[in-house]
Amino acid sequence: MDIFVQQLINGLVLGSIYALVALGYTMVYGILELINFAHGEVTMMGAMVALTVIGLLLGLNPELSGLLVVLAGVLVAIPACMLLAFTIERVAYRPLRRAPRLAPLITAIGVSIVLQNAAMLIWGRQYVSFPQILPQQTYEVLGAHITSLQIFIVLLCMAVMAGLWLLVQKTRLGRAMRATAQSKEVAMLMGVDIDRVISATFVIGAALAAIAGVMVSAYYGLAHYYMGFMLGLKAFSAAVLGGIGNIAGAMLGGLLLGVIEALGAGYIGDLTGGFLGSHYQDVFAFFVLILVLVFRPSGLLGERVATRA
Amino acid sequence: MATLLNVNGVSKRFGGIHALDEVTLAVQEGEIYGLIGPNGAGKTTLFNCMTGLYSVSRGEILLDGRPIHNRKPHVIVELGFARTFQNIRLFANMTALENVLVGRHVRTHAGVFGAVLRDAGTRAEEAASRERARALLDFVGLANKGRTLAGHLAYGEQRRLEIARALATEPRLLALDEPVAGMNPAERRQMAELFQRLRAQGLTLLLIEHDVKLVMGLCDRVAVLDYGRKIAEGAPNAVRQDPTVIAAYLGTEAAA
Repeated sequence: MDIFVQQLINGLVLGSIYALVALGYTMVYGILELINFAHGEVTMMGAMVALTVIGLLLGLNPELSGLLVVLAGVLVAIPACMLLAFTIERVAYRPLRRAPRLAPLITAIGVSIVLQNAAMLIWGRQYVSFPQILPQQTYEVLGAHITSLQIFIVLLCMAVMAGLWLLVQKTRLGRAMRATAQSKEVAMLMGVDIDRVISATFVIGAALAAIAGVMVSAYYGLAHYYMGFMLGLKAFSAAVLGGIGNIAGAMLGGLLLGVIEALGAGYIGDLTGGFLGSHYQDVFAFFVLILVLVFRPSGLLGERVATRA
Repeated sequence: MATLLNVNGVSKRFGGIHALDEVTLAVQEGEIYGLIGPNGAGKTTLFNCMTGLYSVSRGEILLDGRPIHNRKPHVIVELGFARTFQNIRLFANMTALENVLVGRHVRTHAGVFGAVLRDAGTRAEEAASRERARALLDFVGLANKGRTLAGHLAYGEQRRLEIARALATEPRLLALDEPVAGMNPAERRQMAELFQRLRAQGLTLLLIEHDVKLVMGLCDRVAVLDYGRKIAEGAPNAVRQDPTVIAAYLGTEAAA
């Protein structure tokens, strides 16, 4: 029982981070029907930029408050990632807006490789560790342990998602995004500058990715030029699980995938008699992805779309 | 009266096909101008050229003296040209009110930062927008349908919602592509009455329509397109008697 609760908590923490990243995939897909494979790398860049800022600040004065230093890192990482995503869309995707759908998809993979290698050149191949500067208190809940960092991550992610939901449902920009997602042509004929809406979609997704990147590196205590690859794939799986293009679906899919993965990792040893250990946790995300694609390709909350010829 | 819309020698070719061939017409401010012609005559193509969906192969289109051909659609809307669609094209998953609010987009300004920060200016703009959108729903007779999803409205209501959405952009010229198609006679009379009210408010209307009776009763002037050319223009009664028009279009109607 305590394993169950413990893994449930771990899963929710991880899942809320997946959800933030998954939102970036799903928003871009909703508007452009493009799977932005570079999104995982934007997340990685967020972590790397924040860690650099944190390192610089601690280098200047090691006595600074940990919370403030991390906050400063996040506040630099967010605009950096927004600028990066804005540039990617302008340079790599916009010229291909009218191209066959495969072309921007391949370009996205290309951008992702470019970003990985750029990060490797800037920060090197080794792991960058996240300094232990955040207050780490542990609480006991139903026999399981939960740290203040975990609570903080979940609360922050929930707050950010609530804010995004309000933005999409209640603001002028959100309406323009939904209109553009339904029909680019009608939206522009009704006066919506869809180029701006598309840029805004990338930029907002990148802001969420930056936050997620910092959270995930704080949680695992490290960052790495390659971390965006696996994180991106899992978040993409989460978006598909929820129904790609559906914002609530990405939130649900992220949380669900995190929980499935954590529970899977917790019990896989028992289930296989010790043959497979918890380091096989990555298997679950993709196993879920395969199941969804086979049995419900439109995802949990996605609408069934007639197959196109 | 001043000329609001000038179409000067506009041609549009798709490959070897001349969808529009040297079309010239002028719409005066405050009039209801009809555009008729058989199916495939080029009426909707002309609408698409005017609204920036198609580029123009030759010629120019001026709105109040300013060129609008080959410009981005949202810029043309901003200059005061709004339209509706032959096949209703609402944002079906959004409420009626939200559809109208999308039309307000071009007259409002809050961007990413306004959306995130929700400052006093943004909130005031949003409130004013909503008030205006509700007034427009009221004007077209959908006052109590604001919260209904556009896709769930009845057919005639959807047509009227499209007009409210177009009006939300504060146009000087409203182009209506077959606005009464599929409506019964009572609904058609209601729409004709709505168009009269719009004209009374100083709006200029450009109307594509197959319903000859409606066009004849409503329009100040009419142009007839056939195979991408303008074959006649003038007062409805004069056009009705034009032999070229009878041969091309009204002939079959009159015989029926």
